Amino acid sequence: MYAYAVRRLLGAVPTILAVIVIAFFMIRLAPGGPFDSERAIPPEIAANLAGAYHLDEPLGDQFVRYLGNVLAGDFGPSFRYKDYSVTELLWSGFPVSAQLGISAMVLAVLLGTAAGAYAAVRRNTIVDGGIMALAMTGIAVPNFVVAPLLTLVLGVYLSLLPVGGWGGLSHAVLPVVALALPQVAYVARLTRGSMLEVLRADFIRTARAKGLGARRIVTRHALRAALLPVVSYLGPATAAIITGSVVIEQIFGLPGIGRYFVQGALNRDYTLVMGVVIFYAILILLFNLVVDLLYPLIDPRVRYD
Amino acid sequence: MTRALGRQGAMLAATVLAWVPAAAVAATVNLGNGTEPESLDIHRSSGVSEANIQRDLFEGLVAQGPDASLVPGAAESWTVSDDGLVYTFTLRQDGRWSNGDPVTAEDFVYALRRGLDPATAADYAFILYPIENAEAVTRGEIADFDELGVKALDDHTLEITLKAPTPYFLDMLTHQMGYPLHRASIEQYGEAWTRPGNMVSNGAYVLSEWVPQDHITLTKNPEFHAADEVQIDEVLYYPTEDAGQELMRYRAGELDVTYDIPADQIDWIQANLPDEYRNYPYLGTYYYGINTTIAPFKDNKALRQALSLAIDRELLTAKITRAGELPAYSFIPPGVMGYEQQAADFAAMSKEERIAKAQALYAEAGYSPDNPLQVEILYNTSDNHKKIAIAVAAMWKQALGVQANLRNEEWKVYLASRDEKNFEVVRASWIGDYNDANTFLELFLSDAGPMNAPGFNNARFDELVRAAAFETDVATRAEMLEEAERVFMDETAVIPIYHYTTQHMVKPYVKGWANNIKDVHPTRYLSLDQ
Repeated sequence: MYAYAVRRLLGAVPTILAVIVIAFFMIRLAPGGPFDSERAIPPEIAANLAGAYHLDEPLGDQFVRYLGNVLAGDFGPSFRYKDYSVTELLWSGFPVSAQLGISAMVLAVLLGTAAGAYAAVRRNTIVDGGIMALAMTGIAVPNFVVAPLLTLVLGVYLSLLPVGGWGGLSHAVLPVVALALPQVAYVARLTRGSMLEVLRADFIRTARAKGLGARRIVTRHALRAALLPVVSYLGPATAAIITGSVVIEQIFGLPGIGRYFVQGALNRDYTLVMGVVIFYAILILLFNLVVDLLYPLIDPRVRYD
Repeated sequence: MTRALGRQGAMLAATVLAWVPAAAVAATVNLGNGTEPESLDIHRSSGVSEANIQRDLFEGLVAQGPDASLVPGAAESWTVSDDGLVYTFTLRQDGRWSNGDPVTAEDFVYALRRGLDPATAADYAFILYPIENAEAVTRGEIADFDELGVKALDDHTLEITLKAPTPYFLDMLTHQMGYPLHRASIEQYGEAWTRPGNMVSNGAYVLSEWVPQDHITLTKNPEFHAADEVQIDEVLYYPTEDAGQELMRYRAGELDVTYDIPADQIDWIQANLPDEYRNYPYLGTYYYGINTTIAPFKDNKALRQALSLAIDRELLTAKITRAGELPAYSFIPPGVMGYEQQAADFAAMSKEERIAKAQALYAEAGYSPDNPLQVEILYNTSDNHKKIAIAVAAMWKQALGVQANLRNEEWKVYLASRDEKNFEVVRASWIGDYNDANTFLELFLSDAGPMNAPGFNNARFDELVRAAAFETDVATRAEMLEEAERVFMDETAVIPIYHYTTQHMVKPYVKGWANNIKDVHPTRYLSLDQ
């Protein structure tokens, strides 16, 4: 398995390089530059700015310079947030996004599997129907509708939770719930379907025949097997959480890195966008690797040679 | 007996003390501030969000009162020579930086030189161009800074020489490009001088905390010369990019003042929170620029005027923008110091008369319902711009039969299109940099470059605006600029649509927040009445 992990990591390097090349040239192809503003600056000042940021060099030279810096760990200064380097911005924003994303994932998995398993066990009863209906709503209603609604009710009218900003547990509740809701719904449906299938399997029948209690069957035996599709789903779920966090961070005014993605592109902040893209690329590649390595733990039938 | 008395006495004392009010809590105000600042370096940022924070941190020679009037700042008095070219400022003796150092004339010399230095690449360096040799320095034509018209005659006397009498020069000095800088800390910390703990400032506040994208905290500067008048101890600036979200935070009590208001909730606000809604004219105009360098608009004044006459500005401001904007019949908004608004002659006409005249001019230009004008309106992505463009296209169609299509581009792409004149009609706006008619008119000088989006080129206009720059008599100068605007409006290279207003929500317990045309509200004048 170690060999597999090492192979995957080595294979990730050309992927990241490709991402860097493509992103670098794509963002510079977009019309407009980082210093274009409403008041067109006089040519001598534009020349000064371009010189200071090496934008007047040929594109190939700029790329080589940038790649060299990245390999040395320097993502460069942000073009837009001139008092900060990209590394500092990522460093200050990542813990927020990570806490938000991980909490949302954990909530989604725990709540989703519990709800889905319960629905499967109580198949075709009103409980099952209710949970699946809720799940359907969770999938159908977009989070930029749910989030302001929750904020209005819980934050403005009932004054139970803060509306914006990031500080303690109370600031995290609304954003995490809003971000997790669609994922809870998906995971619940997945778990229910998978659980229904597992409950019909031979080994479960054997367990029942042996006299094991229903709860023990579900929690100790069936759940583990039913979780495989959920684990597979964790990959796309991460992607959904990352993109969802852009919206949630905007709605709640959270100082995370999701906003840098969109704002960086709109501001043509080349270095910031590149920094966020590289960061996310590494994150997703690592996460997918972790998920793949989790499989053998859950399903002993899976082997990597 | 004594011990029991002692214990009882202690309990009594404790009970009494519990009723004594606790020591005064620090007065803190929470302000919504739009976008996250690009930089707190006065030479590396130029937006309103940055200016608000920098105005609390620094003080220039001339400061602004609560109503944005000019008051002495770091300079306690000044004199102007008879020809209007030499300004001599006497700095106050008790001006101090936040680390105790005195504020000297050298601090201003250092700052102005740094702002104009090409190596600093300050994007608003041009605002200092009225200073003698400033433009040459920034262009790199002069390398010796001693030739710049800024001299420290002694520690507390600063002399600035201009290249032409500039009546609005004092107002320009309130811009952050005119603030002083503390040389020693900038040389010590380099790029990191704007971090909390490193920054040395001479204004009412110092920078104590900066969490990117979350908040910026300023605390009261005890060395400020008017520190005993400053009542707010701590001010927190929050980035609030989404106006709807900002309003929710305001309603939840997390913000005391908002930066803006979501346009679609104005009706609700006026019905439910009317006393907290602040709405006031702003020094800016929203307009449509017509590309006069291409057919069919080139040399076709009748067509341009027809398009302008066919627009119902009252309808647009009443039904679409709805924030008290004024329909614009002149380019320069009301409230500019020493200037009389020059309303176009059709301002007095009724709607029917305007439409009739528009139709006549349209026919004169050679168009008719059988031969309609095809035109494209370019605007940058925004709900309001889209609604206005749709309405204008409909008005043109209904009155004249014009076939207009709309082109929507994202901000940076739009800027590129506008600068390259890749448009027929473009939506644009202009907010004045200082309170004088010149900031609006100089946009359309024939050599103004990309800022002159319509490509306006009129010799009489150029002559008047350039001559006004050298005119020392205030009344004569005003007349010259007024005539220039009349010439400009008659040519109809642009169609002014409305004059801006600003909207804010301000909690009733915030005092000292005064409406003014520049929308400046320095925290040193605020207090909380809770």
